[in-house]
Amino acid sequence: MHVLAGHRIEFTVFAAVLALVVMLGFWAARWRRPQDMHSLEEWGLGGRAFGNWVTWFLLGGDIYTAYTLVAVPALVYGIGAVGFFAVPFAVLTTPLVYLLVTRAWSVAHVHGFVTPAEFVRARFGSRSLAGMVAVTGLVATMPYVALQLVGLSVVLATMGITGDWPLVAAFTLLAACTFRSGLRAPALMSIVKDLLLLWTVLAAMLVIAMTPRGLANAFRTAKEHFDLTPNSGDGLLLGSANHLSYATLAVGSALAMFAYPHVLTGVLAARNRATLQRNMAALPVYTIALGLIALLGYVALSKGVVPLDGDLNTVVPMLFHQVFPDWFAGIALAAIGVGALVPAAVMSIAAGNLYTRSIYREYLRPHATPAQEARVSRYASLGVKLGAVGCILLLDPQFAVDLQLIGGVIVLQTVPAVGLGLFTAWFHRRALLAGLVAGLLTGLVMLYQIPQLGADGRTVVRAHFGGSAWPLSHLGLPTDAAVYVGVLALVVNLAVAVAVTPLLRRRGVPSGPDVTHPEDYTADEGDPALHRMTELVDGDAGLPTHAR
Amino acid sequence: MPPRTPRPDPFPGYGARTRRRAGRDRSRWHWLLAVPVVFPLLTPLYDRAEPQLWGIPFFYWVQLVGIVLTMVTTALVYQLTRVRD
Repeated sequence: MHVLAGHRIEFTVFAAVLALVVMLGFWAARWRRPQDMHSLEEWGLGGRAFGNWVTWFLLGGDIYTAYTLVAVPALVYGIGAVGFFAVPFAVLTTPLVYLLVTRAWSVAHVHGFVTPAEFVRARFGSRSLAGMVAVTGLVATMPYVALQLVGLSVVLATMGITGDWPLVAAFTLLAACTFRSGLRAPALMSIVKDLLLLWTVLAAMLVIAMTPRGLANAFRTAKEHFDLTPNSGDGLLLGSANHLSYATLAVGSALAMFAYPHVLTGVLAARNRATLQRNMAALPVYTIALGLIALLGYVALSKGVVPLDGDLNTVVPMLFHQVFPDWFAGIALAAIGVGALVPAAVMSIAAGNLYTRSIYREYLRPHATPAQEARVSRYASLGVKLGAVGCILLLDPQFAVDLQLIGGVIVLQTVPAVGLGLFTAWFHRRALLAGLVAGLLTGLVMLYQIPQLGADGRTVVRAHFGGSAWPLSHLGLPTDAAVYVGVLALVVNLAVAVAVTPLLRRRGVPSGPDVTHPEDYTADEGDPALHRMTELVDGDAGLPTHAR
Repeated sequence: MPPRTPRPDPFPGYGARTRRRAGRDRSRWHWLLAVPVVFPLLTPLYDRAEPQLWGIPFFYWVQLVGIVLTMVTTALVYQLTRVRD
């Protein structure tokens, strides 16, 4: 194969590691074998019994995706300090998510929820609100799956493979093993992914340490580079114009992290509250790795790495090619490759669960048996993966990137219902619905108003959906500061929900019944209420409370 | 507040441990978590190059230290609010 010229060893190592990982995914069906795989609790949540280590690997694989691993250093390479936002984002995520997920875990276990939309249904007694939350989650998750394919294709492209078939082959195998093993597949695969990632990060650090004056030199060359570019938005430091957008992007992304259905899937698979809380405290270790990988952007700049075909995302793979021996680069690239497969699997399972519990059973077949649910979820997750492949092959990959940008903004709009709902039932269901719609519309309009700027920071490359920082000058404010669209839309969303709730109460519009109780939010493994839950799941009455 | 479906009190599904846990869930120690939430938002304070550490500008190394801060805080809150058996 002439396309592989010079990358033969690399590709062989890469393909061998990926093949091994997929085989592990197939074998996962036998791992901690359940008595019956044909229920959503087993297929879609791994039996809700993952301990400390598995939860750690699964959540790490779920959150720190391949796209993050290539896109974050690409941003740092391209614009400097602004690309480093992934670090404060993770710093913020930890305490926020710590507070939210432990309560979410408890209430979901007591009531048998698999998705955030089911919780909303039970808490606020509204089918339409739950439906909107489910659809928003689905729309936000699908481009995220497609984005993992973009990450994988970037890695393949740097090895000289540009055709569609390797992507299709990788995703078909992934689809098959997820179909068979459910959440157990990505859980096992994520362990290998982390070992590979650790290997890669340590190796990258070694490379930096071995270059004369290492990082200091990289920062110096990067500074010289940014001083020469005409763009005023780049540089080693943020600059006052970027302060607000940097902070709001970190907050918004942190909250969105909780709102994405696939993160909750990983969370609900944990065995008990302590497992989750310990994991929340320990997960930022991945961020240290991510922060170091982000700095590779500067190392690439100082080593004169040129991105392939002008695609900045290829910077880190190209750096690996340049500094590592072939076989070593193959392993490092495989880390990114597996890093694409694990989250893609969890996301498609989450989307499948969401469809099954909040659309199929809510609207199409209210009395579905657990076996039917598991079957529908399997096929739905297959459909999501096919849709993602189709989106990449038939449409422009840029489309997936744009949709992902929108996805992050819209999924954030479910935070009042899902996140605040964990602490209070004060909001009126219709007020939440009005807020959600208002937030979605505001977010879309603002994203539409943002143009994409060229390398000089002035020329408009594309008129719409070119970024997520909304200039406050649109409001007539005399400032060059910008704010992350998702956060602004969330403010509108919350304002509507808070304003409309008392209005509806005064007019006597009835609230939906709340079937959860305060103790449900602190229930833990070992409580009789949870034991009963397990019996219900194992029997054939595995219905969430609101549907019984 | 919306109506709640009635449930017997005390509910047989929960014991004294759950109630203790509910108390812990409202513990004031949770306010400690505000530290790693507020810290990354203070961009103007850490958007500077000096003092450097091994040639790394302040902006970068202080945020990496922030990761350790968030881990320590979360672990501390977990230990302080734990329900021991």
